[in-house]
Amino acid sequence: MIAAALPDNAGYVVAAYLVFLALLLIYVAIIAFKLVRMQRDVSELNDLADRRAGAPGDASADDEPSVVGRSSLHE
Amino acid sequence: MHAARLRTLSILTVVVLIAGYSLAAFSAPMDADQGFMQKIFYLHVPMAIVALCGFVFGGIFAIAHLRTEDPTWDLRSYVAIHIALILGVGVLITGAIWAKASWGHWWVWDEPTLVSFLIIFLLYATYTPLRFSIEDRERQARYASVFAVTAGAFVPLNFVAVRSATSLVHPRTFDSADNLPGAMRSAFLVCLLGMALLFVTLWKLEMTHKHTTAQLRALKRKLGGEDGGRPRRSAAPELRVG
Amino acid sequence: MTRAVGALLRKELALERRTFQVVPAMALFSLTTLIVFHFALQQDDVEGRLAAGVLTVTLLFSAILGINRLFVADHEEGGFDGFLLAPVDRTAMLVAKALALAGYLLVLEVVAVPAFGLMLLEPALTGGAVLKTVVVLGLADAGIAIVGTLVGAIAIQTRALDLIVPLVGLPLLLPVVIGTAKALAPVFAASGAEALPAKWLVILGLYDLVFGLLSYAVFDYLLED
Repeated sequence: MIAAALPDNAGYVVAAYLVFLALLLIYVAIIAFKLVRMQRDVSELNDLADRRAGAPGDASADDEPSVVGRSSLHE
Repeated sequence: MHAARLRTLSILTVVVLIAGYSLAAFSAPMDADQGFMQKIFYLHVPMAIVALCGFVFGGIFAIAHLRTEDPTWDLRSYVAIHIALILGVGVLITGAIWAKASWGHWWVWDEPTLVSFLIIFLLYATYTPLRFSIEDRERQARYASVFAVTAGAFVPLNFVAVRSATSLVHPRTFDSADNLPGAMRSAFLVCLLGMALLFVTLWKLEMTHKHTTAQLRALKRKLGGEDGGRPRRSAAPELRVG
Repeated sequence: MTRAVGALLRKELALERRTFQVVPAMALFSLTTLIVFHFALQQDDVEGRLAAGVLTVTLLFSAILGINRLFVADHEEGGFDGFLLAPVDRTAMLVAKALALAGYLLVLEVVAVPAFGLMLLEPALTGGAVLKTVVVLGLADAGIAIVGTLVGAIAIQTRALDLIVPLVGLPLLLPVVIGTAKALAPVFAASGAEALPAKWLVILGLYDLVFGLLSYAVFDYLLED
């Protein structure tokens, strides 16, 4: 129906733009994977920091603010 | 890294790209002899131009790395080449689609731009394997930079050579980028700008990611965690952040 | 600098003369390649563009063999370290190796071109044709020597020398392939050797110049410790 209304060779043009879209979306997916991994790292660091905070007199140079708690990020 | 600029960049990219493709779809007139198929031109050519510029920038950053020995320049060079390579895949695929639509073959030798691009792509495809095959990090970075500089200088030379070699029997369609009528030209330029912005956004994105990962690693070390829990083999340059 | 280059070059040639590894292999390989072409193309003789192409490819692949071996001795026997200790300009190694490689290519061509003329080429090689071929191949050899040395120096430090050299070298050498084939095509024309196309000689020369300067600029970085 739509295909009849569009000029011929439209299929090729659409395919080309879809390839572009696909590449972009694959990139988005890869970023998503990387983000998940980073999230895991941050939780690990949070644990380490908590353990450190438990040990006396040790102010680590960097503070992971408690905003990076689990509750706010999980549904 | 300046993550704030990343937000503005990405928004700008979306706006310009959408504007560009809308112009291409609605405002630019239909091409006389190619018809609707010519619309691929607004996607394929900007991608090719930006990819080639990306390779050249990879070479420029590599020169900076060789002169200053600052590993950040090596990372910049690596990311630029990396993203240009991905765009290169897109160029070749859309080029093949365009060739099939125009001449019925998936590949034609008559388009010197496409042929020279294939050669460049094959050359840069060896960049990552080359990095992988050198163990010593510092030497790897240096050799990769030498490669990037050589390949970057090669890009224009190759283009000239291939263009001279191609016979003028078939009209070179991509040349018509130079003499485009008004509305087509503006659509093309906007698409080109959008693609360039996309490249910069992706580049910044990847740089930010690498920096953040490096900071996380440094943090882990500082907090006394076991460093290098997963020593992932990667060809990407490693940053040492304090 | 010239003295360093001279000394290095003499060492290279002496080494080659004593071990006789590279040049005979290249020459033999080129002859075998000509036979392969005969069967692969299913032609008894070739002329014009096909002839130019066959000769170009034969020389190119034989050259790859030579490039693969160029730095092996230095890498394995500690020649690099010895060189780095010497108080000479490091680019001397680039010049010496490139000159040596060019020399190997010349010897290769002395064998391969007459063989090609006898085995596959249809029009007889007149004096004029030979001269024109020499000119073209001279320019091509310069390009192959420069780029080959650069690629060889990069590849020798990787774990995949034999893979990196053709993978990186062949795309980089494509303008030489284009230029040589285009320039030689009229020389091997069936109707007798025609004039050399100036455009392609210029492109070959430009390539040699650009890559010569580039290699000269970056080679230092390859030899740092």
